[in-house]
Amino acid sequence: MSETRSEAREYAPPVIKAEELDPKFKYKISKMPGAEKIMACFQCGTCTADCPIARFSEFYRPRRIARMVQLGLKDRLLSDKALWLCSACFTCVDHCPQDVEIAGIVRVLRNMAVAEKNVLPLVYKELATNLMKSGFVYEIPETRLQKRVEQGLPPLPKPNVSQVVKIFEVTGSARLLEKVQTVAKVESR
Amino acid sequence: MSNPKYLLFPGCVIPYRLSSYEISARKVLAKLGVEIVEMPEYNCCGYPMDVINHDLMLTLAARNLCIAEKVGLPIMALCNGCFCSLNETNKILKEDKKLREKINGYLKEVGMEFKGTTEVKHLVYVLSEDVGFEKIKNSVIRPLAGVRVAQHSGCHVLRPRKYVGRDDPENPTTLKELVRLTGAECLDYMDESACCGNPIIGVNEDVPFQMAKEKLEHVRAVGAQALITVCPFCHIMFDLNQPRIERAFNEKFNLPVLHYPQLLGLAMGFSPDELALNELRVKPTELLNLIKF
Repeated sequence: MSETRSEAREYAPPVIKAEELDPKFKYKISKMPGAEKIMACFQCGTCTADCPIARFSEFYRPRRIARMVQLGLKDRLLSDKALWLCSACFTCVDHCPQDVEIAGIVRVLRNMAVAEKNVLPLVYKELATNLMKSGFVYEIPETRLQKRVEQGLPPLPKPNVSQVVKIFEVTGSARLLEKVQTVAKVESR
Repeated sequence: MSNPKYLLFPGCVIPYRLSSYEISARKVLAKLGVEIVEMPEYNCCGYPMDVINHDLMLTLAARNLCIAEKVGLPIMALCNGCFCSLNETNKILKEDKKLREKINGYLKEVGMEFKGTTEVKHLVYVLSEDVGFEKIKNSVIRPLAGVRVAQHSGCHVLRPRKYVGRDDPENPTTLKELVRLTGAECLDYMDESACCGNPIIGVNEDVPFQMAKEKLEHVRAVGAQALITVCPFCHIMFDLNQPRIERAFNEKFNLPVLHYPQLLGLAMGFSPDELALNELRVKPTELLNLIKF
């Protein structure tokens, strides 16, 4: 355990400079659905203690993310690889004594990183591309669709792909996906 | 009381690589008198897109909800991820008028409007609430006596409590009860409601593999002969990825992982073939010998 702690310290950037802080950041975040309670976090650390990812990652710490939001460390947060490690299990959401939805805050930060820093793990770009092509996040091969019927399942209903594409367009998502730079994998240690 | 009737939402990953879950679910639901209607023109539930843009997730989910509203039937999801996004979106948009207006603005472009007149349930809750334990118990003609299994409900059938609000996420009992109805023993083990790790496997493999390995160890420690799941992603993590986990940690688990309807189906008298048990990566040979198949 002591080894994990010292490694976590090494990962921590040494000094926070006042000019790095965006004092309005927490207000902006608190207006997003799911992140409204960020100001109520009093750093008890229940989220980190109960987080299954934090158990096995040396730097993924939900409490740390909450504090960084409160301090307004926007640039550091939006380029932090830790953002992509949350599995959205919602244990932190259920356990928080202050009703802070940490997983919701992580989602808000991910959306912001995509929109403002143009970063996205490759897998999500691939899933989105499949979705815009086929209506499903996996392109289901024709052989698979035939096998379904041979196995006695009804034919898979045909999705309305043009409506799905339209939804990507009107929500601004298609434009976001065009300009993102993808990262293949994210290290956890 | 008339039979429950649902629009089936198979999602993406089940038709892509886990037909065994859909095949077995349809078999047991038919036997229990649950009427299934195919869901026309459904698309991905939106769940994986929440990472990119929350509005995109909400709108994709809401489009499916609008289809259900138009047909006039509730939705049954087999996948925990689909249940999560569809149920949460349905509840949020029913409560939050401002957000509903915004999402309806997007939906207008595809000629739809969310009205808030449908419901979303996971298979587990259709079985426990609509069919009822009594009816399931009566459908068992070959009790699986002597079989010892453990269950893994998965995250989104339990959490977040605020939106699911059914079983107790700290001490889930619904799936355990459902398992016990088959005559099998359902064993308690450490950290039962811990996540399988699958949602981030496309981004990082180390952490999910360690999470799944720990779960498999806990299940093995109590002597379970199989693990029972109700989510395709959890199933992939424990069954399809089990050989990879074994290689990564130089361990041998050889633990069969069954979809719950496969277990129930066996107790109802269906044959292993009818329930597509041959499609499992880890073959449940010993388990089937035990119940004399």
